Amino acid sequence: MTKPAETRIPISDISVSRRPAASIAVVGSPNSGKSTLFNRLTGLRQRIGNYPGVTVERHIGSLKTDDQTIELVDLPGTHGLTAHSFEEQIAIDVIFGRMEGTQPPDAILAVVDATNLYQGLYLVQQLIDLERPIVVALTMIDAADAAGLNIDIEALSRRLSGIKICSVVATTGEGINELRNALVDLAEQPAPVPTAAWPELSAAARELAKSATVPLRIAEIERLLIDGATGANKHVLDCLGTGAAEKVDGFRTELFEFDPPLAREARIRYGWVREVLAEVQQKVPPFYSWRARLRTWINQPIPGTIGLFLVMAIVFQAVFAWATPIMDLIDDSTATLGSAVAVGLGDGAFSSLISDGVIAGVGSVLIFLPQIIILFLFIILLEDSGYLARAAYLMDRAMRSVGLSGQSIIPMISSFACAVPGIMATRVIPNRRDRIATILAAPFMTCSARLPIYALLIAAFVPATDVGFLNLQGLVLFGLYLFGIAGGILTALLIRKTALRGPKPPFALMLPEFRRPNIQTVLIQLWGRARVFLYRAGTVIFAVAIVVWALAYYPRATDIDPALMGNQAAAAQLEQSWLGRAGKFVEPAFEPLGWDWRVSSAVIAGFPAREVVVAVLGTVYAVGDEADEATLSQRLQSATWPDGRAIFTLPMVMGLLIFYACCLQCAATLAVIRRETNTWRWPVFAWVYMTSIGYIGALLVYQLL
Amino acid sequence: MEGNGRSLASLKRGQKGIIASVDTSDPQVQRLMTLGLVEGTEVELAGSALGGDPMEFRLFGCGISLRQEQARSFTVSSYESGD
Repeated sequence: MTKPAETRIPISDISVSRRPAASIAVVGSPNSGKSTLFNRLTGLRQRIGNYPGVTVERHIGSLKTDDQTIELVDLPGTHGLTAHSFEEQIAIDVIFGRMEGTQPPDAILAVVDATNLYQGLYLVQQLIDLERPIVVALTMIDAADAAGLNIDIEALSRRLSGIKICSVVATTGEGINELRNALVDLAEQPAPVPTAAWPELSAAARELAKSATVPLRIAEIERLLIDGATGANKHVLDCLGTGAAEKVDGFRTELFEFDPPLAREARIRYGWVREVLAEVQQKVPPFYSWRARLRTWINQPIPGTIGLFLVMAIVFQAVFAWATPIMDLIDDSTATLGSAVAVGLGDGAFSSLISDGVIAGVGSVLIFLPQIIILFLFIILLEDSGYLARAAYLMDRAMRSVGLSGQSIIPMISSFACAVPGIMATRVIPNRRDRIATILAAPFMTCSARLPIYALLIAAFVPATDVGFLNLQGLVLFGLYLFGIAGGILTALLIRKTALRGPKPPFALMLPEFRRPNIQTVLIQLWGRARVFLYRAGTVIFAVAIVVWALAYYPRATDIDPALMGNQAAAAQLEQSWLGRAGKFVEPAFEPLGWDWRVSSAVIAGFPAREVVVAVLGTVYAVGDEADEATLSQRLQSATWPDGRAIFTLPMVMGLLIFYACCLQCAATLAVIRRETNTWRWPVFAWVYMTSIGYIGALLVYQLL
Repeated sequence: MEGNGRSLASLKRGQKGIIASVDTSDPQVQRLMTLGLVEGTEVELAGSALGGDPMEFRLFGCGISLRQEQARSFTVSSYESGD
């Protein structure tokens, strides 16, 4: 986490036309409606960068007023100022201005869910002690009103050192203007004094601050007193001058007696919150909304579990059924466009580059955009509605039996879309062993980049017969998903029993109330994901498609027997091209798997990014194009060995699918494992392990079937 | 109102109780306390996953899921049967 290994631009390098007048950190617990509010405040005026050296995304939005720009920084969710996970650590480091390459925020926007003041006020108390100007946004005030909480905002503000509280409904925009106005001059407002929650603690911190060699915030010294001189707190202790360690120990004994400090803090702060709540809000009646009714129903073990499987079934059904018409459309248009270009430009290198290289290559990847968008849409909807946390809760027992906890299920479900955000989602897992085991299991989940090759091979080689009321193609695809899940789970089990032995990880999870996802937030997130995919299709895959085309096109054969016609001539050309030679060179290694040199070269070209494989197959088989074989699957079906045997037999195709299900052909995943584990050991292990399993699996299937 | 000092894990679905004591020796339990599971707070068992584990508790409008094992570090008093 110290060494920057960036593929993204560090935020400091992104040119900003005007320096913002102030930087405000948006702080709140997870599910407080923080991101929805952030999106509502900043709209599309957002940039996404990285914190130096870590993969945590830094979301910065701007708030423009007549004469100045204010910068809003959306931080990862945290429940308090003591970190229990990597993600919380990031948020806290930014709040204290300890994050390398960033300035401490000038002011704080604390986001509190009005229906959950209890936990929200715990965080706000700690934030007030930062001695920075602060405003509280009370989100979901409509839900709190519907629940009959009748929050007395004025009384609440009085108890919170008089800080400004704006009640908002981020989904409708109610109260947003008032909040925006409060943010404009927030940085110039005076900082609040600590609340009356724990006067002894703030007094001790003030006493220590007197001898400090550099100015320190009360909150920083409070963290030193409570969490001890570990991590960044060591630096705080050093700044307190000589003899501070003894003084700190003295205060600690006085403040906490024989209690663990964290437990004492929770007792005192929550005790105070209860007192405040009794004054500012009504007691919640038990059943107040569709949310509570839905929750009550789903809280029952059996309906809850059935519901989970139903939800997953709907998601996968949607991904494969709803996307088909659009995919067919893209497929047809690419084929038509390719042949039109080939006819229009005539014979020659340029025509071949455009039709066989660019259109066939990029088109074969673009076709999967509909599926990827649908999959991401569902994952974002499940997350934003609060259901994903419930999935973790329902699956905890099952995950525990393989040495993981329910928290691992969220990264794994996200990995069905892409392992990179999936692996990044492991940051919420507090236990390191648990986290690494989840990281190693995540790449086995069938990601959207595997879909192209699965969809292609299944459509071409698995008959579309019905098995009962199900379709055989669908079943094979479902089987591959199950295979991926089994692979991931077995890997986790294996690694938890060997290299990462340790006690069973603990489990505590917040279960947010169900809520209607906000369309704007969903679309912003969806666009972000789609953009990443399109960017890859437009850059990496485009480049690989052209390189592969060139490798297949050059050097031009001069000694082809003029008696050879069409396809045969093209095949002869391909065979002596650079790609052909490379493929032939590695063919012996892959021949036991039933792959010819063309498949081998496609597989090799796919190591940087597996979705390239379809593009490469598209290119290498397009070179041998015949007019009536417009689509790639038809070309694959008619591909033969020199002696006329079909290459793509069922055992070979099954082996290839198994290889794809395992092999870690994704440079981005390797890079993210490196960054998240902070060592090369795990990405190297994952690559060797997964590739070997893929090879052995494909070999066994081909030889035994 | 029934007896005293029962474990949080022994609540029935819909039953409420006030946390009476916490065994703070486990750091994981301290973490739960920072989420609001402290003495004096009323909690309700809202439901559980298959096999009764993990359990879902509600306190002041928020839901927290715990494993039975962790719930046993908390005792509740003055609980009443919910319906």
